[in-house]
Amino acid sequence: MSDVMGLRRNYETDVLIIGGGSAGTMAAIKAKERFPGLNVTILEKAHIRRSGAIAMGMDGLNNAVIPGKATPEEYVWEITRANDGILDQRTVLYFAREGYSMVKELDSWGVKFSKDDRGDFIVHKVHMEGRYVVPMPEGSDLKRILYKKVKSRHITTINRVMATSILTRNNRVVGVTGLNVFTGEFVVIKASAVILTTGAAGRLGLPATGYLYGTYENPTNAGDGYAMAYRAGAQLTSLEAVMIVPLLKDYNGPACAYVAGPYGGYTADPDGERLTGNDYWSGELIMHMYQAKQRGQWPAFLKLDHLPEKDIAFIEHVLHSNERPSRDRFHANRGTNYRHRMLEMSLSEPSLCSGHSASGILVDEQARTTLEGLYAAGDVASVPHQYLLGAFVIGKLAGESAALYAKGASSSEPDPAQIDQEYERVYRPLHNSDGYHHEEVEYKIRRTFSQYSTPPKSGTMMNIGMERFRDIRMQDIPRLSAHDPHELGRTLEVPFILDCAEMSTMSSLYRKESRWGFLHYRLDYPTRDDVNGLYRTIVGRTPEGTMMVGQIPVPDPIITDKSSAPAQPVNK
Amino acid sequence: MTSVTKRTSPNVIVDRDKCIGCDICVQVCPMGILAMDKEKKAYMKYNECWYCLPCEVDCPVDAITVEIPYLVR
Ligand SMILES: Cc1cc2nc3c(=O)[nH]c(=O)nc-3n(C[C@H](O)[C@H](O)[C@H](O)COP(=O)(O)OP(=O)(O)OC[C@H]3O[C@@H](n4cnc5c(N)ncnc54)[C@H](O)[C@@H]3O)c2cc1C
Ligand code: SF4
Ligand code: SF4
Repeated sequence: MSDVMGLRRNYETDVLIIGGGSAGTMAAIKAKERFPGLNVTILEKAHIRRSGAIAMGMDGLNNAVIPGKATPEEYVWEITRANDGILDQRTVLYFAREGYSMVKELDSWGVKFSKDDRGDFIVHKVHMEGRYVVPMPEGSDLKRILYKKVKSRHITTINRVMATSILTRNNRVVGVTGLNVFTGEFVVIKASAVILTTGAAGRLGLPATGYLYGTYENPTNAGDGYAMAYRAGAQLTSLEAVMIVPLLKDYNGPACAYVAGPYGGYTADPDGERLTGNDYWSGELIMHMYQAKQRGQWPAFLKLDHLPEKDIAFIEHVLHSNERPSRDRFHANRGTNYRHRMLEMSLSEPSLCSGHSASGILVDEQARTTLEGLYAAGDVASVPHQYLLGAFVIGKLAGESAALYAKGASSSEPDPAQIDQEYERVYRPLHNSDGYHHEEVEYKIRRTFSQYSTPPKSGTMMNIGMERFRDIRMQDIPRLSAHDPHELGRTLEVPFILDCAEMSTMSSLYRKESRWGFLHYRLDYPTRDDVNGLYRTIVGRTPEGTMMVGQIPVPDPIITDKSSAPAQPVNK
Repeated sequence: MTSVTKRTSPNVIVDRDKCIGCDICVQVCPMGILAMDKEKKAYMKYNECWYCLPCEVDCPVDAITVEIPYLVR
């Protein structure tokens, strides 16, 4: 066992960012830019050089509003429809308006986007109506570029420390605790403002392969931020709108829409005919696929074999060198090739991710959560369908807002009793030398979520699922066991995953209608109810520590059709 | 309760003759599953790989080969 296991190490900073992925690195850069005198620190479970969804780059920006190609209002209207009306249009409009200047800034930093002969950004149409996809076929450098920016700006980075809890005093955030997953040290960081950018809750359901870490999302993102925000007293929303996306069967890379779609690739039925009208990833698309399955038109296939060789070669180059570059090996093992026949697709496991769907911590137009001093951005913050560019734009907003808050805030000491309690919780699994291994308990939670809480959903099934989750919480969590710092980290993720499973199931039980196509399709309430259903679910924790679900109204829409200008000025 | 050992096949293969013990792969792996053994050679210590490839791409001497995990193959 490591000789520093359990030792305490203290830090102090003005702005603390938890998670140095897309949103976190940008938040740090922009907080520092806003007030260079502030101390800005990133806490990262992995190493920021290669952490998060974009560790190996990305194929493109899925949703940039580029002048001349689309307008922010058109975009907001498109996302309002894709998300069935349940959103705060102000944050989406802010995102749409700020996206272009972010794209230009990334371009000036050396991120390589596709451009035409005149040097203008190439923009592809994938969405139902508008043109928003900006390809980055040579985008594998993206994380390296952000890493260098962080390094050059005197931002402190603490790698290999996993945040385990948010410290509060008088309903205000005062710091964070963490575990060094390499050494076992216990870390306490006092901070005036904290930004959560921990990404999706990717380890919620079981992938088709049954391999626990074969998730679509980077499995480092286990939902820690969702659970820590909940435990600290912040509110979360739309956790019933789980993310499910179409993937290649067994390989966790995107199948079609964004890269192959613009060149004529499509999702096909077994006869090679188009299965879906439009391949933009939405709950409606997944519903079309589910219905096709019920009709026997299944599996779905990725169809590229009708395309000219030069287009197939280009698509293959992008898919095999960027984002998920082990894909060539998967095909080599299976003897499959885009040229020879269509490739089997399937649906991903369910997860929570506002980047692709809507589930996240409730944030306002300044990226503030409902807990004072706590900000959130990226996949963990509810700004529907925000994808990578949203992580950057809302990350920047969170960085700037948090910096402004930290500048004016009086610093407050964390409560020693709260720290000691967390210390005890963190190291408890070391004392259960013969308890359960994290993998077994995680498997059981995720199996239960896949079988009882995944669409098509029903009240009876979800209530049984909740009983199982409660049993696991009472009987199995206290018996989790770990033997070294790494295992301890994985073990601490298990209760976070359980929190996410319960919060999502409770939200799904609350919403007695169907919405977001397949994502919240309830067999016992199969239709969408626009009279009673136009609200946002809210999950929160009562002072007694029980989970509560309720609702808040959807903020009044400011854009009610695709050409409408906002009725009132929107500022950040 | 006693525990049993589960044998699984590693999908991250390190060429020990090539490895110079620089620790880069250990640092960049997002899942934190690589480690150095007593002879300062990298190896796959935990079976939790996302087959994402930073270890392989960043190794300065091309000592790492990542295979697709058996269940995904
Ligand atoms: C395979 C894949 C393909 C995609 N393709 C595209 C695309 O082509 N175009 C597009 O626009 N979008 C795409 N996306 C979506 C986009 O990448 C994400 O929306 C975006 O990167 C999210 O950024 P984030 O900062 O929220 O999360 P991440 O970048 O994943 O960062 C989260 C960070 O938090 C860290 N972390 C987690 N828990 C803790 C903890 N407890 N303590 C400390 N640190 C922690 C993680 O290690 C990680 O570094 C894709 C996503 C995936 C997974
Ligand atoms: S492929 Fe990714 S998860 Fe697997 S060992 Fe290499 S860096 Fe780690
Ligand atoms: S990066 Fe390569 S050389 Fe360095 S420790 Fe890892 S395997 Fe060995």
